[in-house]
Amino acid sequence: MTITETIDQLIKEFNQFDDWMDKYNYLIEMGRSVPLIDDTQKTDANLITGCQSRVWLSSEYKDGIIYFTADSDAVITKGIAYLLIRVFSGHTPAEIVDAETTFLDKIGLKEHLSPTRSNGLLSMVKQIKLYAFAYQVREKNS
Amino acid sequence: MSEISEEKIRSVRNDFPILSRTIYGKPLVYFDNAATTQKPNVVIDAISNYYRNDNANVHRGVHYLSQQATGAFENVRKKVSTFVNAGSSDEIIFTRGATEAINLVACSYCETFLNAGDEIIVSVLEHHSNIVPWQVACERKSAHLKVIPVTPDGDLDLEAFGKLLNDRTKIVAISHISNALGTINDVAEIVKMAHNIGVPVFVDGAQGLSHGPVDVQKLGCDFYAFSAHKMYGPMGIGGLFGKSSWLEKMQPYQLGGEMIDRVTFEKTTYNEIPYKFEAGTPNVADVMGLGAAIDYLNELGWDFITAQEIDLLEYATAQLQAIEGIKIIGMAAHKAAIISFLIDGIHFFDAGTIMDHLGVAVRTGSHCTQPLMNNLGINGTLRASMAFYNTRQEVDKLIDAIQRVKTLFA
Ligand SMILES: Cc1ncc(COP(=O)(O)O)c(C=O)c1O
Repeated sequence: MTITETIDQLIKEFNQFDDWMDKYNYLIEMGRSVPLIDDTQKTDANLITGCQSRVWLSSEYKDGIIYFTADSDAVITKGIAYLLIRVFSGHTPAEIVDAETTFLDKIGLKEHLSPTRSNGLLSMVKQIKLYAFAYQVREKNS
Repeated sequence: MSEISEEKIRSVRNDFPILSRTIYGKPLVYFDNAATTQKPNVVIDAISNYYRNDNANVHRGVHYLSQQATGAFENVRKKVSTFVNAGSSDEIIFTRGATEAINLVACSYCETFLNAGDEIIVSVLEHHSNIVPWQVACERKSAHLKVIPVTPDGDLDLEAFGKLLNDRTKIVAISHISNALGTINDVAEIVKMAHNIGVPVFVDGAQGLSHGPVDVQKLGCDFYAFSAHKMYGPMGIGGLFGKSSWLEKMQPYQLGGEMIDRVTFEKTTYNEIPYKFEAGTPNVADVMGLGAAIDYLNELGWDFITAQEIDLLEYATAQLQAIEGIKIIGMAAHKAAIISFLIDGIHFFDAGTIMDHLGVAVRTGSHCTQPLMNNLGINGTLRASMAFYNTRQEVDKLIDAIQRVKTLFA
């Protein structure tokens, strides 16, 4: 699936919920069920601190594709981190660099990406883009 | 049961227009009063009235409006002075808020009185605003920051404080009331201990002025800082009480218009206190708002305010303690209506996010007190901070919201 296709699918999934509680229930379930980042990857270097919740993000580059895993100490944050991983993981650096990041607006979770939330998610998106950019530069130089 | 009639509280609530708004379609339950309090109509009106009818720059004009604005501005200085029982209104300096007042003293006092090897004492309880300016002053002067520890209940350990005091101590900076735990510190005792060896005491009163009457002469403190927005007044204004004997000896904090006496290119001499510390055009409109807030509090009376806040504190504490898995952080014997707590197994951010959607505004996180949180071995808390316009029914909604959170994350 392309990034745009995953985003469209997420929007469809979230459109089923008209009640905010159902939406959060879904996020909480996601947050609980997603595979955790490997504990060895929960290092300070992979830690993105927000003052509200902490997010760990780790990346791996294999055969031209970037794979992300993430975790958070807060379940809702982790659920949203999982959405971001679903969108961005498993794509080429160029695809990730070019991808739009406003889809959380469309699924009614915009407030979680606002800098004032300081839950680490905005920094996580920036970090994902930064990794992609760095791998892209490395590809060009090799 | 509270002695205060529901009718009285309803009428008080009507003074605050924002309290009748809804959040996500639900009536707002505002329990973030330690971050900022809401504003009564009289405060909002005082600001808009100033701009509509009275706006002119102060201290500079012979014309009618300027004279009138200056008179009204200086009148609020007198009001603040009476409100905190300062020795004279010259001891009241207007600032942007508590933070600027702390920076003023940390810069001006330390510039003159702090030397290499000296010590400044703060406490673990402090807000970052009452740590960082002192820390940087120490770095500049190669002095040392010493820290009063807290007991597990959240009280300052005064015995340890006694041991920290010595002839190198140049100032003690402590909060009147902890914004994170609600602890009311025994400022009078701390002042007594410090003054015994001639050390002045700076009090961060950001949370102090809204919860009870403050008498700086009775407390005996040398400085007292506050923010209007935490006492039902506007944002962007606050002040510093400083004993004139200290203020006279301190260098100005900022330089510019209003604070000067004579300026030539060879030499500038400074105005008298308090003007020496008020460079530039002041925030006159918000000073008017502050004046209106003080009038409002005086009219309401501390008897009502403290009775209502004590009732809410006791009621909410009991209700919270009745819930399984709730841990209240900070159980000092003397507390303001601020309750920090944790829900077992549920991250405060998760809980706060859901409670927000239920219309209950609480604060989550470290409350700008990271050293305190580290000391307690936690990352943060949920904090419900109450004001006299809150009700027991609202506390019940907080409790309901916590129950929903517990079910959702069970
Ligand atoms: C204890 C304490 N000190 C200082 C401050 C800083 O106040 P302001 O941001 O209004 O300057 C606050 C505000 O949160 C506070 O609670």
